[in-house]
Amino acid sequence: MAHNQPSVVAPYFRDIDQQREANTLGMWVFLATEVMFFGGLFMAYTVYFFNYPDAFHEGSRELNLILASINTFVLLTSSLTMALAVRSAQTDNRKWLIIFLIATIVLGLVFLGLKGVEYGEKFQHHLVPGPHFEWDGSFFYEVQLFFGLYFATTGLHALHMIIGVGVLTYFVFKAFRGHFTSVSYDPVEMVGLYWHFVDIAWVFIFPLYYLIDRTIQ
Amino acid sequence: MTVSSPPVKLEKPPQNYLNWAFGIKSWLLTTDHKRIAILYLITVTLFFALGGLAASLVRFELITPQGDLMSADNYNKSFTLHGMLMVFFFLIPGIPAVMGNFLIPLMIGAKDLAFPRLNLASWYVFMVGGLFTMTVIVVGGVDTGWTFYTPYSSTYSNGAVILAALGIFAAGFASIFTAINFVVTIHKMRAPGLTWFRLPLFVWAHYATSIIILLGTPVLAITILMVGIERMFKIGIFDPALGGDPLLFQHLFWFYSHPAVYIMVLPSMGVISELITAFTRRRIFGYKAIALSSLAIALLGFLVWGHHMFVSGQSVYAGLVFSAITFMVAIPSAIKVFNWTATLFKGTISFTTPMLYALGFIGLFTIGGLTGLFLGAAAVDVHVTDTYFVVAHFHYVMVGATIMAYMGAIHFWWPKITGKLYNEGWGISSAIIIFVGFNLTFMPQFIMGYLGMPRRYYAYPDEFQIYHIASSAGAAILAFGYVLPLFYLLYSLFFGPKAGDNPWNAKGLEWTTASPPPHENFEETPIVTEEAYAYPVPQKAEVTSGA
Amino acid sequence: MENFSFFPEQASTMATQIDAIYFVLVGLSVIFAVGIAVAVIVFGIRYRKSTSVDRSNPLHESMKLEFAWSFIPFLMAMGIFTWSAFVYYNINTPPTDAVEIYVVGKQWMWQIQHPLGKAELNELHVPINQPVKLIMSSQDVIHSFFVPAFRVKQDVLPGRYTTLWFEATKVGEYHLFCAEYCGTEHSKMTGKVIAMEPQDYQNWLSGGGGGESMVEAGARLFQDNGCASCHIDGEGGRGPNLHGIFGTEVALEGGGTAVVDEAYLRESIYEPGAKVVAGYAPIMPSYQGSISEGGVLQLVAYIKSLSEGQ
Repeated sequence: MAHNQPSVVAPYFRDIDQQREANTLGMWVFLATEVMFFGGLFMAYTVYFFNYPDAFHEGSRELNLILASINTFVLLTSSLTMALAVRSAQTDNRKWLIIFLIATIVLGLVFLGLKGVEYGEKFQHHLVPGPHFEWDGSFFYEVQLFFGLYFATTGLHALHMIIGVGVLTYFVFKAFRGHFTSVSYDPVEMVGLYWHFVDIAWVFIFPLYYLIDRTIQ
Repeated sequence: MTVSSPPVKLEKPPQNYLNWAFGIKSWLLTTDHKRIAILYLITVTLFFALGGLAASLVRFELITPQGDLMSADNYNKSFTLHGMLMVFFFLIPGIPAVMGNFLIPLMIGAKDLAFPRLNLASWYVFMVGGLFTMTVIVVGGVDTGWTFYTPYSSTYSNGAVILAALGIFAAGFASIFTAINFVVTIHKMRAPGLTWFRLPLFVWAHYATSIIILLGTPVLAITILMVGIERMFKIGIFDPALGGDPLLFQHLFWFYSHPAVYIMVLPSMGVISELITAFTRRRIFGYKAIALSSLAIALLGFLVWGHHMFVSGQSVYAGLVFSAITFMVAIPSAIKVFNWTATLFKGTISFTTPMLYALGFIGLFTIGGLTGLFLGAAAVDVHVTDTYFVVAHFHYVMVGATIMAYMGAIHFWWPKITGKLYNEGWGISSAIIIFVGFNLTFMPQFIMGYLGMPRRYYAYPDEFQIYHIASSAGAAILAFGYVLPLFYLLYSLFFGPKAGDNPWNAKGLEWTTASPPPHENFEETPIVTEEAYAYPVPQKAEVTSGA
Repeated sequence: MENFSFFPEQASTMATQIDAIYFVLVGLSVIFAVGIAVAVIVFGIRYRKSTSVDRSNPLHESMKLEFAWSFIPFLMAMGIFTWSAFVYYNINTPPTDAVEIYVVGKQWMWQIQHPLGKAELNELHVPINQPVKLIMSSQDVIHSFFVPAFRVKQDVLPGRYTTLWFEATKVGEYHLFCAEYCGTEHSKMTGKVIAMEPQDYQNWLSGGGGGESMVEAGARLFQDNGCASCHIDGEGGRGPNLHGIFGTEVALEGGGTAVVDEAYLRESIYEPGAKVVAGYAPIMPSYQGSISEGGVLQLVAYIKSLSEGQ
């Protein structure tokens, strides 16, 4: 496909195809470990959901559905801009690459901002597990457990978002300097895969925490 | 040569990975897989020595039935430290991060692993984990046992649980990094002509191991993180007093930690396949059976975790399912043992140090595997679980087998790694001492386990003393056997004769390049045209001179 | 060291069953291990480098052999599995006519309560030739009740009940160990099981220091905590009538049913809001912290007694 450029192909790869295949496989393998990582939390969620369905329903009703729905929309849109950024890199379109990268960053930051507002609400309502946790209804410990898992899961997800935003910001600078071309776009593709994974993780988190009991109000 | 030029005294030694660059920086910032393997070798050996020290404290205490040498608390901290260091900082990284790191690119004809910087990062993350663990010792230790059972670890223990958890978390990520590298390298960087079924079985074994690491370790990481969260914020994830479920911890923990046994044993099995073929000088019997049984073990290994929980209060029916699958996972291991034994048939066998280790491995692993069936039989497990029977069993599998293979691997590839030969006499003696010492240490533990001696006791009823004395005596011999190689191997490093490229006359790409290998591994990318272990096949009776 | 032995005493009906599997496994293991050792040694000597023997046409692959040495061990393994599965099921299924004794594990002691009121610490007196069922819970971390001479072991968990049963066959004193690591003095959490002739056991039970029976103690707790003001014997109480309720299935508020067993009663005392019987308001306060695990066991015994003969 492409001719060998010493600056693009690392010396231990035979050619750029081998390098690209290796990078892509490496990212997929890494994402497999990420699935198992989140999987542990989803496992804990499942077990306790079946043990304490009522407590989880009550806890779920305390979450802010409107903000989370907006966030879902924001994050799905950011996946689109990310995909377009990869496309722009592949077609040597530096201007749109930078625009789409920045758009993805902005959408990511909007998500994190709204998440911050949600967390703030929980602090005000004393729904953060620990010594200040307050709950008037029954199932004190079970609801606290729900919020514990909620903060662990969404916190871990937010941490992944922050890492993604950081890498994207770094990539904007690299894009300015012309590092990504139709030959050397795989870093953008890699971070794209990562970003989509983070997006998909949210697609599972959203219904499990926000949508389990919205019929009985 | 002109008159004015100074006389050349010595031929400049050829460039290799050791003299390629000099100075601390060239080591600490290296991305060469061979140098990273050496970094791992040194650190892993240090952790092994520390873990061994903790084991000696345990064995000293147990010579008498009363707790007289140290306090109960210190005893508990000693066995916890021993378990943590040995499992997470020696057995799991041991063969993959040292031997796998060094050999996989050489065996598949690649210049390096696919992600050399990730490889270096793996070592640094590992060191951070080690640092946390060292800090645990400094701030007073941790007494939960390496299994961290909740709610003891999450609520009741007053040891440095969070620090220890961070240490294991980091070590886990170090092994994930290594595993990503192995999977991608084995998939994408094989030399031309090196098809999957021409790969050395060492590579197959590491491939299967990497899959287990990739799918299992993240679960351990998140579990340990949850224990930390529970301890810090008092959320009852695992503590029933706060609404949690302590059995969930056990499920998640063993979901990783049972496959972790295969993380330790599969690479050893890979090593043994290499050693046996090299010293019988023939193709391995049942190549495909051995290769595919590694994958079968990796798969089935994920479905048996509940056999650690037959008396934990999990449902009887779950217990029966886990028991049945446990019996099944024994089969692929048995296949390997039978095939290795069959490889000896019509071989041309030489009893070198690595070969003795390999045969020792077969012996110890067979005993370890067979006693595993006792534990898989749920009814018998009810009696022997949490006794010394279990302790003996997993030492046979994890220590007996894995360390025999590790030592065998070090001795086999030592000439390749260092370019020097060690003294065979010393090598053979140490192999025999370790084998004898090991059996003397752990065989009595089977008997006292069935008699009912519970594990993790620092004081015990008098009738068990004779077995504990035998075990401690064996441990002393074992320790001597472990220390011995340190001396003759280091000696060989400075005074040993030059090894040459292929001192064993063995097959495999790693033996076609120089010893020690050059920085870029091969002068030019090798092209593979034959099966693994393509030793010449004798046509009729052959006499080889008894050299 | 005078009582040195290779094999533990068999003092329960379970011991002989488990030992039988054990001996068969030992036999099979010896056959396999010796077989492999002999093969390694014979091949090692015969085909050592310096000998002149026929090495022609070595076999590299044989589907027949691979199949044989996977399938035959597989059949053996499944045989042992099936046998052990029956015994394991048996271990986990206590006979209905067993004597029930209550055990609470806590760091680092065993508290034992006999139904008629005898309480013991780190000692358990049982009759021989009569099934005994232990209903166990832990006050803190996980413990494990282990009597090697009976070949039985069961983890004792906080927050739930586990059971263990055995039938002692021989009079004597046997070790009782905690087998699950439970903290600093884990190795001191030991005791004795004393198996006695049934007549001696009865004498021991009625011996001095008995005090009130578990049912009596439960009744006293029931009064002292004011339970009777809501759980009245009859219609119209603020809580369900507890007479005749044990072992029945009750409908729950918000749908579903629950069987009234030890675990459900314990949960209802510690966490009354979790499963409220249909038709009642969730007004009962939690007694977590004010009634100990031992106290709950007495209350459970009392409530069970309210259902006897009905």
